[in-house]
Amino acid sequence: MQKKDIGLATLVVTVGAIVAMVNPRFLSPVNLANTANLIGLFGLFSIAEAFVIVTAGIELSIGSVIALIGVIFVDLIASHGVPWPIALLIIMALSVLIGLLHGWLITRLRLQPFVVTLCGLLIYRGVARFYTRDGTAGFTFGSDFPILEFLVSGRTAGVPHSVIAFGLVAVVAWFLLHRTVFGRHLFAVGKNAEAARYSGINTNRVIIQAYVLCIFLTGISAVFFAMYTRSVQPSSHGNFYELYGIAAAVLGGFSLRGGEGSVVGVVLGVILLQILQNLVNLLGIPSSLNFAVMGSVILAGVIADTQFSRYREARRQQLAMSAIRDSKED
Amino acid sequence: MPDVRDRQISLELSGITKVFPGAVALNRVSLTIRGGEVVGLIGENGAGKSTLMKVLGGAIEPDQGSLVIDGETVTALTPARATRLGIAFVHQELNPFSNLDVTANVLLGREMRSGMLGLLDRSSMEKKVAPILELLGTRFGPRDPVSALSLADLQLLEIARALSINVRLLILDEPTSSLTISETSRLLEVVRKLRADGVAVLFITHRLTEIVDVADRVVALRDGCNAGELSRGEITRDRMVRMMIGRDVSQFYETSDHAAGRPVLELKGLRTRAYPHQAVDLCLRAGEILCLAGLVGAGRTELARAIFGIDPVEGGRIEIDGKPLAGNSVPHAIAAGICLVPEDRKTEGLFLDFAILENIAMPSHAALSRKGFVDLGAETRLADAAKRKLRIKASSLGRAVAELSGGNQQKVVLAKWLAMKPKLIILDEPTRGIDVGAKAEVYHLMQQLAAEGVALLMISSDMEEVIGISDRVAVMCRGRIAGVLGRGDLTEENILRLAVE
Repeated sequence: MQKKDIGLATLVVTVGAIVAMVNPRFLSPVNLANTANLIGLFGLFSIAEAFVIVTAGIELSIGSVIALIGVIFVDLIASHGVPWPIALLIIMALSVLIGLLHGWLITRLRLQPFVVTLCGLLIYRGVARFYTRDGTAGFTFGSDFPILEFLVSGRTAGVPHSVIAFGLVAVVAWFLLHRTVFGRHLFAVGKNAEAARYSGINTNRVIIQAYVLCIFLTGISAVFFAMYTRSVQPSSHGNFYELYGIAAAVLGGFSLRGGEGSVVGVVLGVILLQILQNLVNLLGIPSSLNFAVMGSVILAGVIADTQFSRYREARRQQLAMSAIRDSKED
Repeated sequence: MPDVRDRQISLELSGITKVFPGAVALNRVSLTIRGGEVVGLIGENGAGKSTLMKVLGGAIEPDQGSLVIDGETVTALTPARATRLGIAFVHQELNPFSNLDVTANVLLGREMRSGMLGLLDRSSMEKKVAPILELLGTRFGPRDPVSALSLADLQLLEIARALSINVRLLILDEPTSSLTISETSRLLEVVRKLRADGVAVLFITHRLTEIVDVADRVVALRDGCNAGELSRGEITRDRMVRMMIGRDVSQFYETSDHAAGRPVLELKGLRTRAYPHQAVDLCLRAGEILCLAGLVGAGRTELARAIFGIDPVEGGRIEIDGKPLAGNSVPHAIAAGICLVPEDRKTEGLFLDFAILENIAMPSHAALSRKGFVDLGAETRLADAAKRKLRIKASSLGRAVAELSGGNQQKVVLAKWLAMKPKLIILDEPTRGIDVGAKAEVYHLMQQLAAEGVALLMISSDMEEVIGISDRVAVMCRGRIAGVLGRGDLTEENILRLAVE
């Protein structure tokens, strides 16, 4: 796991250095701050996705949840005059409920995560569009929420608050996944649910907790996105974000079969994907090729990873062989 | 190539070496076998038997050594090439396609076709499969769905698959581990018949009586090296054991003399999902080893699963130390001091890809944690103590459990429960597929635990083991306890009479 992370970090630095050499504007404070802001925004739900993937599950409704929570949040404040802290509490509770629903369908009714969350993807998108009559939910002109805006889209010493939030979440997630009993249980359930049950782990509860955590974090990131765009167009807001999260997790060493991955990996995965986006802009590559570049890099990364582990295996084999040969000569 | 198939095989392996990361599986191993000969291959788990077989079946390429078949050196043997040479391999692990029927499974990859469109020729396929099933005396026919077959039937299906390729060398890797006595003798009969037809049979088993029955020659492996050979006249149980473990096993089963204490487990009218209309009453005392004997399907595993909370209880009560369990779930059972060493250690007992440390600590994570945080130091101490106490052979606690031999894997399963200080340990077939040395260690550990006052409930189909180690035997038949035998009445005959009643 550690080695994988180091490999990915090297790749991030290399790509960053190449972009900086070709176009020095990459390192300009404005560009760095913007890129960092995007890393923060996309990072929040990528970590959320990772918690589900490690249990051998998948969460496909992230983009739609971001749209639904986004329109509700904006509408509550802008049209219904709900104070923003109350609106925040409401959407937090709503996220937890959605997560509970997914977990319940997957564990109690034994539906496949892919199917449950695919239906979620369709349903929440539809509900979000219906909720605003397919219109855009936005703040009325001149309205202004200084505290909320400072907290969510402000900066401290030039650092966007989305980055700070992402950093905090990443640290907590790292402890949670790698240092707590809950984290061990997540890995165990993802690797072998049957053996986990025989070890006395309440597998259903662990899976439900993973989905609740995932959608809760997604709900938080929905607030950041809503305040970033200031208006939410429910038919396009957050489209494909779930795939982005899955890509970051896979790039970061998570296996879709479950039981593998690290938080450091997914953080590096998010950073790499944003640098690539930035690279497309800065190097003058047609932006229509955006997804193609991202896809190619992920594919190359995954291929390199499997080749490296085969190479390591072969080297270990050789070392072991030479050890026997030496013992023969003795 | 009919000429190849009709000739008797002559096969010679020499200097075979195979290294896996962290372990030398085979070290300059030699083996010869000719048509019309049954060779028994014995050795403790981890001795390299399975690896050697995989080399012969073309599944693993050796790092060094030569393979000569019919006088020609064969390099880069693949499973397909091995099949063409008439080498058939019956795996220890069964991998049937449960969505297909018997015929389709037997002829998988070698389906017969007919007509312009090349559609499956079902009738020819069934005609080919039927006589093979007849030879094996199976209870199932060519059209039966595989999903309905028992474990023993699946084993025979696997053998039928091997026989369907016009076999010259048949490799059987522990074929009788899940067969009953009558099915085993039927299989040995088939082996003798194949030998008479000029087929070479390489027979791997832990049941040494079968080797005495059928083998012309015995080859022993120990720690990946050749450990000796015995010809027909020299084959005795003692000599085989000595070759396998390199020393005498003076006393294999220890008899226990500890007095049973207070009742630990009491089942009062317990009804399980498998037999919802049969109520089971049973009492197990501290320091006692009680064995559940019976035929496969008598409801023994289901009873164990119900006590441990894996399956829901249909009725009745489970009491530990006179108190009913707080609930019907695994965490409740563990909290009450019950633990279970499951029947299938690879899927139910272990996380194969995880480290030994992680496997041993898994049920103890919560107990050892500090405010939800994992205490790595405490876990390492725990696992290290268990590794030493159970003598788990591994270079470090960081190794994946998958790299260990079967016996050592079973010790890891035991280790993870001993840390919990259980009151009742349920062991479901604890020595299935593990070697003589590891078996003796498991028996010793069971006696030691009983002496410490732990109650042990063992499920076993190995008669020798049932009689050798139990204080009492409860024989199950179709979901009910058909009778309980004390040490004085323990004979194979008494047990069987109750089991089939």
